[in-house]
Amino acid sequence: MSQNYYQKEIETMSKEEMKKLQSEKIVKQVKHVYENVPYYKNLMDEKGVKPEDIKGIDDLHKLPFLSKADLRDAYPYGLLAKPLEDCVRIHSTSGTTGRRVVAFYTQHDVDLWEDCCARAIVAAGGTKKDVCQVAYGYGLFTGGAGLHGGSHKVGCLTLPMSSGNTDRQIQFMEDLQATILCCTPSYAAYIGESLKEQGYKPEDIPLKAGIFGAEPWTEEMRRGIEETLGIKAYDIYGLTETSGPGVAFECSEQTGMHVNEDHFYAEIIDPDTGEVLPEGSKGELVFTSLDKEAFPLLRYRTRDICVLSREKCSCGRTLVKMAKPMGRTDDMLIIRGVNVFPSQIETVLLKEGYEPNYQIVVDRVNNNDTFEVNVEMTPEKFTDKVSDILAMEKALANAMKIMLGINPQVHLVAPKSIARSEGKAVRVVDKRKLI
Amino acid sequence: MSIKQLTVFVENKQGAVIPITDILSENNINIRALSIAETQDFGILRLIVNDVVAAEKLLTEAGYLIKVTDVVGVKIGDAPGKLTEALKILSENKINLEYLYAFMARTERHAYVVLRVEDNDLAKRALTTSGFHIITEADVDKL
Repeated sequence: MSQNYYQKEIETMSKEEMKKLQSEKIVKQVKHVYENVPYYKNLMDEKGVKPEDIKGIDDLHKLPFLSKADLRDAYPYGLLAKPLEDCVRIHSTSGTTGRRVVAFYTQHDVDLWEDCCARAIVAAGGTKKDVCQVAYGYGLFTGGAGLHGGSHKVGCLTLPMSSGNTDRQIQFMEDLQATILCCTPSYAAYIGESLKEQGYKPEDIPLKAGIFGAEPWTEEMRRGIEETLGIKAYDIYGLTETSGPGVAFECSEQTGMHVNEDHFYAEIIDPDTGEVLPEGSKGELVFTSLDKEAFPLLRYRTRDICVLSREKCSCGRTLVKMAKPMGRTDDMLIIRGVNVFPSQIETVLLKEGYEPNYQIVVDRVNNNDTFEVNVEMTPEKFTDKVSDILAMEKALANAMKIMLGINPQVHLVAPKSIARSEGKAVRVVDKRKLI
Repeated sequence: MSIKQLTVFVENKQGAVIPITDILSENNINIRALSIAETQDFGILRLIVNDVVAAEKLLTEAGYLIKVTDVVGVKIGDAPGKLTEALKILSENKINLEYLYAFMARTERHAYVVLRVEDNDLAKRALTTSGFHIITEADVDKL
């Protein structure tokens, strides 16, 4: 199979050349961050590391880590490394202050991010002759903007659909003969099911490839989507903290995602000791932004459990490969592509006058995440009127939607009815079996 | 002049009401009337019993969520059209009815209706003026 690359020189660069490139970039980047981000300068000073100590990528381990807690402490401008007048865009995760990540981009940052997404599209077989339907959400979420930009760079005809309105998605797909679909895997599966219901066979659907990410999905789900849509389905990885989708992407081999390591350097660490682990070890994935200007996170702990591999890939790319994340080191859930922390649910309950006795139940039915929250009724709230209790459930669901950006189904349940193990309530029941 | 209704939050699962009626029977508390409203998630059991104070205490101790509400009990002649008559009076007086349920007395040829309205006094006045008999806690004991 002939291979196409968006930036062949980088994507097939020898390991030594890549290391040289990364080393040049990190020396500059550390200096930039040290001089412009007092928050990180303090962390380096505390650790007794000076920019001069970083002479190349092999010295990276000397630098302090950044975590979600740092992002919280520094919100919103504390990790900004460029004057706001040089920034052209922000993107943000859902959630309230503290949990919300707001990332800043200069034009240079947008460009490199879009390059990364373009590499993913080309790796999935995309060329300027393709029609690329972007059905990720547009807006603060990075999914829509990232793939949209990547699609432009490749020169595809871009359909900026955003997510939802499935009937319209299908009409455009058919009328404009879309060949590449970008969205969350669960939405791809949903579109697939809808097409099937409307009587389409895989051969009637013009699509040839899909680029799906922003939430965990299984090999089984991949096979299902590939079958119903008659396409090859490619995984893509990213997080708002680093830029968005395109930090890593899958190639024709479909055995892990190539990390765009000329921009984002990946390490695997022991989550307990922080020690860097050798290639092939399972541990926490850490990313360093090598050349982003506005929001350059150094050694950012993703909390994703992962493995890196440098085994030769049949696609010809030499970029290091990361496995699909195998879990989390914290209690974060990804539901319908949105990051959800149980503590957010707790915050809503306390604010609305409930005890923090709840249980989150997540499942995947027909390839779509279901999200239910059981909350124990309190003596103060209890009434003899059904309509009042239903209104309470609705009000709670609304408050959670405002906090999380996605709508849960809230069930008020009897006191002490939530399962407790060893006296502690079981907060999360995830039946999706994603790992 | 109002009667007390006991409301119990029950889980919507098989046999959920049994432990409640068990506790009441073990303690010699008689159920005069009952109604269950259920949703997909939960049930709301409403009871008129002969000893509200004891029932509330026992069920609360057993871990149930209990709410005691004043409701209006009205005696209705055991003949077609009598209930409509009472309901029309509420409607004419713009009294919003939340729910109702009925029960029969053991001895007399009368039905009783439990009415849950926003304003008990208003409902009682309107019904009494029209000749309806409102029952009291003492009546409940004797039924």
